[in-house]
Amino acid sequence: MREPNWIAITQVENIPPHEGRPVQVGGMELAVFNLGDRFAAVENECPHKGGPLCDGIVSGNVVVCPLHGWRFDLASGMAVRAPEPACVATFPARVVDGIVHVDLSGAGFSLQRRLEPPLRHGC
Amino acid sequence: MKKLVVVGNGMAGVACVEQILKQGHEFEITIFGDETHVNYNRILLSTVLAGEKSADDIVLNGIDWYRDNGIRARLGVRVEHIDRARRLAIGNDGAAAPFDKLILATGSSAFIPPIQGVEKKNVHVFRTLDDTRDLIAKANKGIKAVVIGGGLLGLEAARGLQLRGCEVTVVHLMETLMERQLDATGGEYLRRKIESFGIRVLMPKRTQALVGNGRVDGLRFDSGEEIEADLVVVAAGIKPNIELAQKSGIEVRRGIVVNDHMQTSDPDIFAVGECTEHRGQTFGLVAPLMEQGKVLAGAIAGNRSLAFTGAQPAAKLKIMGVEIFSAGSIDESEPGIETVRYEDPALGIYKKLIVKENRLLGVILVGDASDERRYTQWLRDETDLAPHRRHLLFPPPEKDAGLEVAQMSDSKVICGCGGVTKGEIIHAIHEHGIQTLDDLKLKTRASASCGSCKGLCQQLLRAVAPEFQEETRTTLCSCVPFSYEQLRQIVRGQQLKSVQEVLNVYGNRKGCEVCKPALSYMLDMIWCGGHDEDRSARFINDRVHANIQKDGTFSVIPRMRGGVTSPDELRRIADVAEKYKVRMVKVTGSQRIDLLGVKKADLPRVWADLGMPSGQAYTKGVRMVKTCVGTEFCRFGVQDSTSAGIELERRLENLFTPHKVKMGVVGCPRNCAEATVKDIGMVGQDGSWQVVVGGAAGKSVRKADLLITVEKTEEALDACDLFFQYYRENANYLERTYDFVERLGIETIRKETVYAAEADKTKLRERLARSKATAKDAWLERDAPVHPTQFVLIEAIGAVRRQEVN
Repeated sequence: MREPNWIAITQVENIPPHEGRPVQVGGMELAVFNLGDRFAAVENECPHKGGPLCDGIVSGNVVVCPLHGWRFDLASGMAVRAPEPACVATFPARVVDGIVHVDLSGAGFSLQRRLEPPLRHGC
Repeated sequence: MKKLVVVGNGMAGVACVEQILKQGHEFEITIFGDETHVNYNRILLSTVLAGEKSADDIVLNGIDWYRDNGIRARLGVRVEHIDRARRLAIGNDGAAAPFDKLILATGSSAFIPPIQGVEKKNVHVFRTLDDTRDLIAKANKGIKAVVIGGGLLGLEAARGLQLRGCEVTVVHLMETLMERQLDATGGEYLRRKIESFGIRVLMPKRTQALVGNGRVDGLRFDSGEEIEADLVVVAAGIKPNIELAQKSGIEVRRGIVVNDHMQTSDPDIFAVGECTEHRGQTFGLVAPLMEQGKVLAGAIAGNRSLAFTGAQPAAKLKIMGVEIFSAGSIDESEPGIETVRYEDPALGIYKKLIVKENRLLGVILVGDASDERRYTQWLRDETDLAPHRRHLLFPPPEKDAGLEVAQMSDSKVICGCGGVTKGEIIHAIHEHGIQTLDDLKLKTRASASCGSCKGLCQQLLRAVAPEFQEETRTTLCSCVPFSYEQLRQIVRGQQLKSVQEVLNVYGNRKGCEVCKPALSYMLDMIWCGGHDEDRSARFINDRVHANIQKDGTFSVIPRMRGGVTSPDELRRIADVAEKYKVRMVKVTGSQRIDLLGVKKADLPRVWADLGMPSGQAYTKGVRMVKTCVGTEFCRFGVQDSTSAGIELERRLENLFTPHKVKMGVVGCPRNCAEATVKDIGMVGQDGSWQVVVGGAAGKSVRKADLLITVEKTEEALDACDLFFQYYRENANYLERTYDFVERLGIETIRKETVYAAEADKTKLRERLARSKATAKDAWLERDAPVHPTQFVLIEAIGAVRRQEVN
């Protein structure tokens, strides 16, 4: 088991409800979302054509990529009803003292892009 | 002439009279009804409560019908006694109506379980139009309403109250909602769906008492637990109204006992509908009642060739967006039963068929009731399922859209409620020249009750009526399952100002990329910019006022009215292109200049450096007016198209529309700026302007239709304004003008805009002016963004421990 690596990201008010923002952290870009009752973080790159997921419309727990409408569950990272199996890396997020924190201990590990069928549950 | 008295003015009684008239029997008819209303469709009361229909919408037979057919209607009079010896029906007004034959159609009333305190104020039942009106009067926003009973009627009442803004709780005695129609799994799907609307469901809970001092303020369960309630609706079932029959010495058990000819124990007295008991069965759905009516109409005139042999129970929940259908016997305890099931939890679909020896015994459909007819037919005909076994849960793929109805024989029943066959419908279409579904309903009664055969009726109309006019209502999306027209009414009626409010009350609370932008547009249009803007409901282009490109960068197109620019503007554009390393500078097809490859974070500074307003090239809104040089320079020009185009653009810019609106103004019929393939065009003639609308040169190519020809430029601009606002108010979201014009027809559009009454034109102009007054150049948000981090790439506060990330 990896040791968690919680990184302070930004004040909660910097990400309005039901929107996402791009966040630069440790040489990579995350899309961090305010889901109303909690926050979620995924890598900010759609596995389909690289669209900025932070700019997508949020539908419940799902973000819709602004380029071609691929949908990703923000909890699991799995594509929902996509033409082929795909996923984005997700990172645990929590709020401490009004600051959004993201656990980056899984970074550089599961940035698997479009998955071959045998790997579809791999992330 | 023989005298016929009908006791009861409800659906069953009146449908029966309709059958008697249709079969040509001559009676002098008197109908007694204890409600003061003309005959209405009781099944649709829940839609009145929900605000989807008005009381007038559900009237089945207006007062003219009684008059035209020579029927005496005694409304508001209750028959107190039937003097069988003297053949008299005695009303509570003292009047005695003599009869030769009498029909009891007394219906049913709400069953009130023995709960302490049900007599308190604000405790209601939901059975009649008056009940519905009482509920509507009390169902104010924020009221805590509790519905006792999680059956069909209870759930419909709950949703109706919730749509009116009440906080609603359903209290159900059993462990499963609609347990008489659904199994545990189906009930669970239904519970989830109901809860997703924000309705609380408590079960199993036995209500012991309604508490409160004179007026109800809560419920106490037998567990001792209490909940608050300002309003209580008791919907615990129905009981047949048998008192009159009983008092008059007619045989009753649970209902008024009838034989296969709908005759009671007195051979001159018949009964029909929910008050009857036939072979031990009572009824609560419209279809068997209609069938009973037909049999009764024959029997009462001495024709005993028809017989009613019973009916399969069937039920359908009428809550928009919740599809529940159940029919036949769902009991699985019988030996030899096979169940065939399908479940998709993500879609909320559950289907179960109960089959025995290749015959369908029962069916449960949750979440997708589109196959309801097929199963009803199988149940009614006891169809041998052997040849259908591979397609039990889903119909075989269609080879031809019209196949289903084309293959039916003329004697096949299309409308199960009214018992209308395919042959009758085709005959009526030809005989009356029917062109619309509404007409068909009026003339044949097909699709007039539950409406589930609507699709088939439309198919028939399409195939048979030469000028069939399609119904054009479409549902916005499954998150908010209402048509655009309904949603516009809802938003206006309920004064909803934000997307989230609409989703919370009328939708699934979540919304998606389809409905959120559509609702955003609708609210902006209806409240003329005075809505609560929610950027999270907007597509990214409308959050950052630029058009997202395939690499995540943006394109920037400043407004260049009429396609006219200046050396100074061009210099600034050139400077911006260099300063921000714009990847491409492109002249667009709309006589403007596009700067491609701008980073989101640079957008506010790019706009500031340009010093030009937004060209709205990223949104569903007013794009541009393309012009030619007109009389200013052109040898052939006959109108000043450049000035007129710039003025048109100024008048409409910064406004939002259902889809993009591109315009063109040309100074002569040579049409150099292609005005006749624009959404709105002005074509200069010598001494006049032609205003044309609905043109297209995109995915489809369409020559615009002539709206009007006028002399003065100001008149032409006014015609553009009128069409523009009418399109804004009546088109579906993402419907281009060329589809809109084709859907409504240019004649209708003319009548509603340039040829409308002056008062209506003034209203259109006023609403346009109000919207225009609140519309702003979006690029001014460079100084005051709606959210401080709108254009920012956030840098994380904390540093990353280097060893963790490679």
